Amino acid sequence: MSFDINDYYSKLNSGDVLLAYKGSITSDLISNVLEVVEAKLDDLSEQAKIRKKVYNVLVESLQNLFHHNDELPDKLHDSFDPKFGVLVVTRVENNVYRISTGNFINSNKIKFLKDKIDKINSLSEEELKDMYKFILNHQKLSAKGGGGLGLVDIARKTGNKLEYSFDNYNNEYYFFNLEVIVS
Amino acid sequence: MEAITFEGTAKTPTIKFDASNGVFEIKGRSIPENSIEFYKPLVDWLDEYAKGPLDLTQVNVQLEYFNTSSSKCILDVFKKLENIHKGKSEVIINWYYEEDDEDMLEAGEDYESIIRVPFKMIEIVE
Repeated sequence: MSFDINDYYSKLNSGDVLLAYKGSITSDLISNVLEVVEAKLDDLSEQAKIRKKVYNVLVESLQNLFHHNDELPDKLHDSFDPKFGVLVVTRVENNVYRISTGNFINSNKIKFLKDKIDKINSLSEEELKDMYKFILNHQKLSAKGGGGLGLVDIARKTGNKLEYSFDNYNNEYYFFNLEVIVS
Repeated sequence: MEAITFEGTAKTPTIKFDASNGVFEIKGRSIPENSIEFYKPLVDWLDEYAKGPLDLTQVNVQLEYFNTSSSKCILDVFKKLENIHKGKSEVIINWYYEEDDEDMLEAGEDYESIIRVPFKMIEIVE
């Protein structure tokens, strides 16, 4: 059975949802989402530490969507906005949040991404710190401004494993779903 | 040499690098999607300043948030400062972090371990 975005989205969009979005991930959208979530986090009396972590992870998650989104081929485009991505922020319980993101990915990039996440998940806190510092100091920013540090930073700040799945959409494209718990 | 100043925005920090008193400030949020555009003029300005720096340059970094794209550009700025410090002038980086913001303190310590410039970690108590 092929992957159904609406199904996926409605499953995510349940519980205590702070914000749910599916559509184009643009710079303005990122600004708006950050503003809305920040205001909501201010209203809920969560610890400042958690608020900051959620904000940080949200920034990196959105910018990963912004930088690493693969466009679907034209014939499939009709049903999706350009730079299509999904973002859902859920409050699991007091001071625990889940940030879910989803985007299309070309099947030829899956191995690279999967290896990267598995590697990150296998590292201790200290090893993550070393990896972060190594990439920071030795890898150049891409022309788009991505640094290859986003996922490492997310894992480091949350101290939790990155949960992910790749769902087959058609021959060439998969839907990449990433879930991060901030606690 | 003229100071370089930028007003802060929701995604970029307030910048004031003043060559006349050697006090450089980076304050606010640095979360642009592409930070190279934002930081390039600063790095270029520092290249000019490095030709005739004051005896003491004090750099105040007070960031509330910064993204990983900015983290590399901030490192580039610090590397320019490191070069100035290697010469006859002294550079001090004051790294401010809010009370309990361990992530921001740790980020400062990461830089401190990479850059050979004295850092002072300063906790902002409300």
